[in-house]
Amino acid sequence: MADLKQALRFGGRQKDLRYQPGFTQMAWLCIFVLYAPIFMLVLYSFNDNRSVTLWTEFSLRWYMAAYENAGIQRAALISVEVALVATVFSTIFATMAALATTRTAPFKGQAAAYTIVNQPLMVPEIVTAIATLSFFALIKQLTGVSGIGYLMVAHTVFCIPFAYMPIRARLEDMDLTLERAAADLYAKPFQIFRRVTLPLLMPGIVAGAMLAFVVSLDDVIISLLVAGPGETTLPIYILGQIRREITPEINAISSVFLLISVLFVTLFFIIEGKRK
Amino acid sequence: MAKPVDTTESRAARSPQSAAARQRLEKTTADLLRRSRNTRLMLLTPAIATILLFGITPLFIILVYSFLEPGSYGGVTWNFSLEAYIQFLFERDIFDDTLVFHTSYLQIYGRSVGLALIATLGTLVIGFPTAYFIATKPREQRNFWLFLVTLPFWTNLLIRTYAMLLIIRDEGVINHGLQGVGLIEQPINILYTDFAVCMGLIYSYLPFMVLPLYASLEKLDFRLVEAAYDLYANRFMVLRRIIIPMAKPGIIAGCILVFIPGLGAYITPELLGGGKKLMIGNLIAIQFGSSRNWPFGSAAALILMTIVMVALLIYMKNAKQGQGAGGHG
Repeated sequence: MADLKQALRFGGRQKDLRYQPGFTQMAWLCIFVLYAPIFMLVLYSFNDNRSVTLWTEFSLRWYMAAYENAGIQRAALISVEVALVATVFSTIFATMAALATTRTAPFKGQAAAYTIVNQPLMVPEIVTAIATLSFFALIKQLTGVSGIGYLMVAHTVFCIPFAYMPIRARLEDMDLTLERAAADLYAKPFQIFRRVTLPLLMPGIVAGAMLAFVVSLDDVIISLLVAGPGETTLPIYILGQIRREITPEINAISSVFLLISVLFVTLFFIIEGKRK
Repeated sequence: MAKPVDTTESRAARSPQSAAARQRLEKTTADLLRRSRNTRLMLLTPAIATILLFGITPLFIILVYSFLEPGSYGGVTWNFSLEAYIQFLFERDIFDDTLVFHTSYLQIYGRSVGLALIATLGTLVIGFPTAYFIATKPREQRNFWLFLVTLPFWTNLLIRTYAMLLIIRDEGVINHGLQGVGLIEQPINILYTDFAVCMGLIYSYLPFMVLPLYASLEKLDFRLVEAAYDLYANRFMVLRRIIIPMAKPGIIAGCILVFIPGLGAYITPELLGGGKKLMIGNLIAIQFGSSRNWPFGSAAALILMTIVMVALLIYMKNAKQGQGAGGHG
């Protein structure tokens, strides 16, 4: 009897002891749910019809319209400017912090440093947004300084933990052999960093910078509240447009936006994958 | 955190070196690791100072703001007042200044917690089998599947929510499809309902659930599963008694990662709830926008923060218990 049961249990495709009924189907459903809306959005960006959901024929007219739209051009430029500044500063700061938290003996306050670096991830974005707005309003009132710098600072802050994660991970994977060898050959600490640590760390830094760039480019809520007049980033522009009227032009610009994110993240995964 | 020390030591112990050479090696390693306090401080300062100044100070500013009076065009006037917190629970009668208890804001918080919990449950139901599926794939395929699940997370939340909106609109793909096959006469109203908001939240935060679940399921020792089968457990019992308990740290981490952003969500209720179905995030944003009541907005944000902190504390308590079993936050 037991043998029969055993045979039944391990018969057919259920031979795999890890098999759980319905799990595979659910996983495929998950992938479908994740990609179907995005796929529809991209598909309908190529639709000639003015209606977003009635398919007529393939056309690039909405891409042309978006490309020639001065508002979109301006917003895209601002988004890229802000993202570049935020990426450069957050990546430099994150690299330094990662070196300090991995390449030194354990120190007092290490846990605190780690918590502070990750703080932007732990506060709900809307709270960060209004708190930053309040703080900047106060500074503006006291100093009279205004401008896009505020937006750049706000983005730099929340990009730091995203840049920090891959850089720290890379540093933890690198053992000290080469750095030790360099030290044996009487290299000075800065020479070791410049000639050994930095080149080895570069893929991590590039990956961190790419994540920071994508995260900055994608931000809506913080930008929405912190941005002054005339500082409309691309996501804010898109949000305003969706609230007014849904046009296929939004599909086109969204598709380009998606493509950029996908490219960056794919590159990130390739770089990260090479690590192992 | 700083584990390189161990690896170098064990390596030194393994290699056939003279005691003197080993000693010298240990010394250079120690020198490398023991960067001076000043260097470390210098390296940490930019990141820490930036976040302390522009990330943490603002939180104290809103704490102060929540105890002030609103300015007439936004901002605050510097008079101490508990009005923001009173307004949260009571309505002030404009004629005789008496306070009447009201629940409209409590309802928004309750609704938000409810929606965030349902969304968390939804992502768990879809995410657990997905994470399990990925974890049981051959090792070289797992990265690809993880990439597939993570990719939407890195693409713009606004655009993904907009894509969802396109699908569930009255003129959207779902209604067109169902009408096309003749299943329904009139479009089903999905958009601007709690259901739509929930769907949007699940869709937005699904990757947040899958990743920590995968991290803990990947470490699962299938010899335990084998042992359970040897003891005549059926598949469901194995799932319930072995796999789920082993994945508990991942389940808790995933739930926290979905619940927190779900609770403070702004874009999803804004676009899919149509402004009628407010959540905490929208309530806060409105106070800083059209309502121009910064103290009340600050108070509302601090109450949200408190809920989040409680959730995080529960998580950390659980994470301590589950230490060694894996999982990450």
